[in-house]
Amino acid sequence: MMRLLQSVGQNSLTTVAGFGDFAAFTSRAVAAAPVARHLGRRLIRAIHEQGVRCVPVVTIVGLFAGLVLGLQGYYVLARFGSAGMLGTFVSLTLTRELAPVLGALMIVGQAGSAMAAEIGIHRNSEQIDALTTMGIDPVGYLITPRLLAALIAFPILTVVFTLVGMAGGYISGSVLLGLDSGVYWSAVHSAVRLADVRECLSKALAFGAITIAICCHSGFTTHRRTGVSGSRAVSVSTTRGVVLASIATLATDYLITSFLV
Amino acid sequence: MIGASIPPILEVSGLRKHFGDHVVLASVDLVVPRRSIVSVLGRSGTGKSVFLKCLAGLLTPDAGDVRFEDGLQDGLHRRCSYLFQGNALFDSLTALENVALPLEQTTSLGRLSIAQAARDALKSLGLEKFADHFPAQMSGGMQKRLALARALVTRPELVLFDEPTAGLDPPARNAVFEMIVHYRQRFDFTALVVTHDVPEALAASDRVALLEEGRIRFEGTPAEFAAADDCIVRSFSDNIVTLRTSLEN
Repeated sequence: MMRLLQSVGQNSLTTVAGFGDFAAFTSRAVAAAPVARHLGRRLIRAIHEQGVRCVPVVTIVGLFAGLVLGLQGYYVLARFGSAGMLGTFVSLTLTRELAPVLGALMIVGQAGSAMAAEIGIHRNSEQIDALTTMGIDPVGYLITPRLLAALIAFPILTVVFTLVGMAGGYISGSVLLGLDSGVYWSAVHSAVRLADVRECLSKALAFGAITIAICCHSGFTTHRRTGVSGSRAVSVSTTRGVVLASIATLATDYLITSFLV
Repeated sequence: MIGASIPPILEVSGLRKHFGDHVVLASVDLVVPRRSIVSVLGRSGTGKSVFLKCLAGLLTPDAGDVRFEDGLQDGLHRRCSYLFQGNALFDSLTALENVALPLEQTTSLGRLSIAQAARDALKSLGLEKFADHFPAQMSGGMQKRLALARALVTRPELVLFDEPTAGLDPPARNAVFEMIVHYRQRFDFTALVVTHDVPEALAASDRVALLEEGRIRFEGTPAEFAAADDCIVRSFSDNIVTLRTSLEN
């Protein structure tokens, strides 16, 4: 019994310490933004990494999400004689939930994992220590541009996901199942309000900041992985970063939705 | 040879560092005279790299005093450079970008001045033709020179070398020590080298120290090291003879 209590206590303390460390790390990255030198080139590289390189996966997933939504939505709504509401269903589902969440998960899978691995290798090969000995803040140099890039790339890719998804819904509902295209697009137009767009972009910004910070933190603390070292530690850090970022996306989604709905 | 009478650039006293129950550095005292090459010798795992990382501020010592000349500690990175065992070069940056990095991030020099200073540093180390190469496209020796170029581009007064010859063959080890001696004369820095290559260190250094069981067991000139009576010191200086004897027996 004592051993169980001890173990629970120890794990709780480790978790709280982990949250504290993560908060301090993210604060350092934010605080470094105004004083970061020659940020432009690193910021552009980070936007390319998180934005441009993720366009194909976001487009493909967005298209299929829209196609499936259109297909499922059409048959369900047709049962109630409301097939004309397909545009409303697809556009609101995408704008409020699917585009920010699925978009974030796709970017985490593609860019977040690469980032955690790259920063983990920087740690393993003493490049982060080298920055410290040169008087360069490693958090400001490696993390700040990635965090800023997330605030730019995530909202843009979420908008791309939403638009492609709506097009997917149109292909399913109108092109394949024969719903009038005017009915579909008019429903889309009248359904999406400014508040929905605001919710969509707020979620994208929150998911971007949280997931990229988690992936970067996981790579940055590769040397602290217990029981593993070297390339195995990088692999563990990468997996940990992606898993935690995915969980954080869904948990944050619930929190934001419960406040906004 | 530079003696201990030269004013020191660095004085270490009572430096202590432990990890869990394992005391790596019990109490290290060392004086590094200005413009000298001081080698810290010791067996693998005796805490030589830990000692160097404590000096560079990468590890926080549990106790002890690291005093740089003129209170150097404050602007440590401006006056002190660190050459890592694995070079720690940024593999996504070219040779020129690697060398320019510390200037770009820590000085207010303009882009052109930084590029010129980085090119000059590469040229001094015979790497001017490889400015656009990535570290992975260069040989081990060239990477070592590139790391030295990056360490020297800020004109440091003290350069800390962490096992600069690790994993190199004997001719390459000689070349690295030749490089340290040559560039120390040219750039007028003080070198603190941590190594377990005894013959090379004795040939190239002004002073040597032996780290054993967390303390400096011996400190003196290479000649004094070679003539020392201490059994541990002798086990290092007579290493080659000992090997030959045991093989013959």
